[in-house]
Amino acid sequence: MIKKIFSSSWIIAVLLAMYLPIMILAVYSFTKSTTIGAIRGFSLENYKTLFTTEALTDMIIGTILLALLVSLLAVILGTTGAIGSFYSKKSLKIFIRNANQIPVVNADVVTGFSVCILLIIVLGIDKSTYIPLVAGQTALCAPFVYLSVMPKLAQMDNNLYEAALDLGATPAKALFKIVIPQIMSGIISGFMLSITLSLDDYFITTYTKPATFDTISTYVVNATKGAQTNIKTALWALSTIIFLIVIAIVAVNYFVTSRKDGDSR
Amino acid sequence: MFKFSRKQLCIPYAVFLLFFVIAPLVVIIYYAFTNGKGEFTFNNFTNFFTDSNTIGTLIYSMFISLVTTLVCLVIAYPVAYILANSKLKRKSVILMIFIMPMWINFTLRITAVKEILTAIEGNLAYYPFLNTIIGMTYDFFPFMILPLYNALEKIDRRLIEASHDLGADGVTTFIKVTFPLSMPGVISGITMVFLPVMTNYVVLDMLYNSTYIMGSLIGSYFNAYDWNNGSMISIVLLAIILVVTLFTNKLGNITGENRGATL
Repeated sequence: MIKKIFSSSWIIAVLLAMYLPIMILAVYSFTKSTTIGAIRGFSLENYKTLFTTEALTDMIIGTILLALLVSLLAVILGTTGAIGSFYSKKSLKIFIRNANQIPVVNADVVTGFSVCILLIIVLGIDKSTYIPLVAGQTALCAPFVYLSVMPKLAQMDNNLYEAALDLGATPAKALFKIVIPQIMSGIISGFMLSITLSLDDYFITTYTKPATFDTISTYVVNATKGAQTNIKTALWALSTIIFLIVIAIVAVNYFVTSRKDGDSR
Repeated sequence: MFKFSRKQLCIPYAVFLLFFVIAPLVVIIYYAFTNGKGEFTFNNFTNFFTDSNTIGTLIYSMFISLVTTLVCLVIAYPVAYILANSKLKRKSVILMIFIMPMWINFTLRITAVKEILTAIEGNLAYYPFLNTIIGMTYDFFPFMILPLYNALEKIDRRLIEASHDLGADGVTTFIKVTFPLSMPGVISGITMVFLPVMTNYVVLDMLYNSTYIMGSLIGSYFNAYDWNNGSMISIVLLAIILVVTLFTNKLGNITGENRGATL
């Protein structure tokens, strides 16, 4: 009994510690308060600022577009890389597997710094072309797509591809009709992972981004240093919206998967 | 005649890795061992290890990492243990609730922590170290809980029952059976937290802790256009990461799957 009480109170205490800051900020985002303390009346001012200030809307749209572009590239590179190396000779396979591991274990600061040194300092590519930023973030994300596709390839029945070829399909057709559908779940989770990595990235972005461009991460860090109060509290509204979106995605995902496999996940 | 085969699909990715992963590392190794004029030198290397500031920074970052990792472990282990052993039907949902904050941008989460701490402490400047540990723990906690849960979940219940049948009490069973079997999870949890904390200087910046950690050194050399010393710090970090990763790979099996297992 005592054990049970301890267990549930530990779980609840940790959850409270994790969620209280976000939730308190969410409550205050609907007020006129500029610091956490006395609540000064209900207001949607922060949400209005968030959606009408051009710098903020540009930054949010830019972050989303960047994440989509990077994830698309990462999915193409990571998936083709995984399929190709799965059937390649050993030395190439080992090269790809090990090189793939580097951005995964490396510190993002080092990844960002090294990409910046090569592309911007040595090769002189202009930051404002977005090439260093997209290349740097893709170098972080593609390895995770590779890692989520690989196990699906290992599970796949190889005979189906051979059968498709025997039945007259071209290799390209067999690839799109047979291989891709079987590894689709790996590709999707790799894509989702890329999106979250790109959205969360600060370090690669800060070393490679054009001077006038900001993602949520770099913007928030700069905003905490500058003291524009209405921007600061508008970011509380952004945090609340992201929190609600995350809850919605998790809830939808839960209902979809529990319906699909009878609540085994 | 060009003939398509599946093998050729990996060419773009192999080239990509060569250009954007391998080549940048080669370049920073070159920069780390040359000076501003491009002459070969060991100075950046010896400077790093003889300068009391950089060594102090290394020690301070390791200390922050160590304390954060321990705090995360002490908080997360009971959570993972309770969840893995609970008979709740929907424990995966509860696990999901612990992981969920990871999907909120970390700078926004640290903003939340900062506002709360400011309200409690009045001024963040009074407790920079404590605030850093709180911020880092808040940021990296989900990375600890996931590998722990996965390891504890995998443990064969029959081993625990056997231990009880053979007369061991709860504590002995935990020390002799459960904890050793959860070691792979503990080790990958430690790596998932220890290494990133050493470099995430944004958490310190946002919480007004002006002491440097390893990541901040790269940032400050970068801002001073000192690519050579910045590269040397990167190389040192890379070496630390390599050693830790090789060491833990021997002890448990960690790959990107943990950073990626959240989906």
